Amino acid sequence: MPEPVVAVEDLRKEFPVPGAPGLVAVDDVSFELERGESLAVIGESGSGKTTLARMLVGLETPTAGRIEIDGEDRSRPGRRARERLERGRRIQLVFQNPYSSLDRRQPARACIAEMLDLHFGLSPDERDARVRELCEQVGLDERQAGALPRALSGGQRQRVAIARALAVRPQVLVLDEAVASLDVSIQAQILNLLADIRAQEDISYIVVSHDLAVVRQISDKGFVMEHGRVVERGSTVDLLDAPQHPYTQLLRRSVPGPGWTPQRRQRGVHA
Amino acid sequence: MSGALPIERVIPPGAARRRLRGRDPLLAGCVVVIAALVLMALLAPLIAPHDPDASDILAANEGSSLSHPLGTDSVGRDILSRIIHGARLSLLGPALVVVAATVGGVAVALVTAWRGGRVDTVASRVLDILFAFPGLIFAILAVAMFGTGLVAPVIALSIAYLPYIARVIRSAAIRERALPYVEACQVAGMSPLRICWRHLLPNLLPYVAVQAAVSFGYALVDLSALSYLGLGVQPPSAEWGRMVADGQAAILNGNPEASLYAGMAIVVTVLAFNLLADRLVRRTAQ
Ligand SMILES: Nc1ncnc2c1ncn2[C@@H]1O[C@H](COP(=O)(O)OP(=O)(O)OP(=O)(O)O)[C@@H](O)[C@H]1O
Ligand SMILES: [Mg+2]
Repeated sequence: MPEPVVAVEDLRKEFPVPGAPGLVAVDDVSFELERGESLAVIGESGSGKTTLARMLVGLETPTAGRIEIDGEDRSRPGRRARERLERGRRIQLVFQNPYSSLDRRQPARACIAEMLDLHFGLSPDERDARVRELCEQVGLDERQAGALPRALSGGQRQRVAIARALAVRPQVLVLDEAVASLDVSIQAQILNLLADIRAQEDISYIVVSHDLAVVRQISDKGFVMEHGRVVERGSTVDLLDAPQHPYTQLLRRSVPGPGWTPQRRQRGVHA
Repeated sequence: MSGALPIERVIPPGAARRRLRGRDPLLAGCVVVIAALVLMALLAPLIAPHDPDASDILAANEGSSLSHPLGTDSVGRDILSRIIHGARLSLLGPALVVVAATVGGVAVALVTAWRGGRVDTVASRVLDILFAFPGLIFAILAVAMFGTGLVAPVIALSIAYLPYIARVIRSAAIRERALPYVEACQVAGMSPLRICWRHLLPNLLPYVAVQAAVSFGYALVDLSALSYLGLGVQPPSAEWGRMVADGQAAILNGNPEASLYAGMAIVVTVLAFNLLADRLVRRTAQ
């Protein structure tokens, strides 16, 4: 049995609330992610998905619990530079909002190059070759690679963000609603891109989403969160097609499926 | 495909805005005036028609002539040459103040914006206390302690201006720090120092430039005032504030030229820097 690439044990996050008991955003969550797997974290707004993702990448300090990534204890954000770099090389995050997760003064190419410089001692030629390779992998053409974020569309920006994350060849990529702000056809493109990348690279995904269609497309298994707790877990197919927990059933029902037709409200039309 | 829209030709909104931004005659004018002033200071010995300190009692209080385009002062020194040479000390002082106050203020702003919490609270209190001392009072105190000249007022004004710059840049830095790209940098594994230096600071530079330009105008006025009061640059050094004071007695005799032209040099310079700041604000606001 190979060891999981991410193992999370009884992870908990409480945010202090002045004059009240703390708000428990993540409540004793445990899971394991095997290498090459894609895990969905499902739940409606406010269920603690983002907080969980932020703890995984070291942006938030857990109140209690344990995070192990690639066999190393990463329960708290790294304090020393070396720890931060080592964590960054193993786990990367793609943010929800492609409009603000890129430095507006940095062309795509420079953004990716900076990431490479930070982690690897490549010669300028090697680095430029790798930048080209990454741009090609995520489908950015020459013009887009040289463009500032403001000259790119949302989907193109998200490709840059994905290329930046892939630059370090991470073992785990956390996608926090990474396609939620894109329109449906662009969503499909990005999801296909992510599926291709997983087929090519030795990479695992943690897909944070409230969108069951997205989850179905790119994850093998998952769990459902409600108020910070895991209420149900299983393979994506089972979760979506045969939900057991009432909350999952509710989530499932609130999604338009085949046979669902919008009820048009009858309006009185007067001349 | 003949009916296809020439998409490449459509100007993206960013480009249109940049084109608009590029054309700002007032901004260009300010830059030209400031560049001319700096050149004048640098090249003073080459372009000044006379020795600024050579007096000629026989030629005192002369009006405008070919040899002395702006006339001479009460001891017969060429006013134009003194204005040109005066640019050196008059601009050097504010430049030093601006560099010191900006470097210090931006450093304080970045540290407080980055750390937040208690560091921010303590630093903000200290800045509040500094705010309570007007810059000029500070400078007069410093002169009382360290003597007249350029050094004491420059140090005092640097300290006095620092809180203003720190406060403005801090609030911009807090906004900038809250943008997700900063967290993306953290996830990438960058150190806070690198994020501040390579990402926050470049994005804050427009604000820093505005603050520097505004401070330059104020520092010039303050330093000129100190020289005028006899606390700054000492005679016979050519300096505009000093020249205004030295020329005062002659005003009563009907010879206001020395004070007038030196005062005009101060006004033009301050105006150029303030206008520059104003145009820069507009540019960043767009
Ligand atoms: N920094 C914070 N301080 C205080 N409370 C927070 C903080 N971040 C999140 N919370 C709270 O924690 C809870 C979970 O938030 P979280 O962002 O993890 O939800 P989410 O599942 O990602 O929701 P969404 O789908 O809307 O993104 C929410 O009630 C939120 O208000
Ligand atoms: Mg979220």
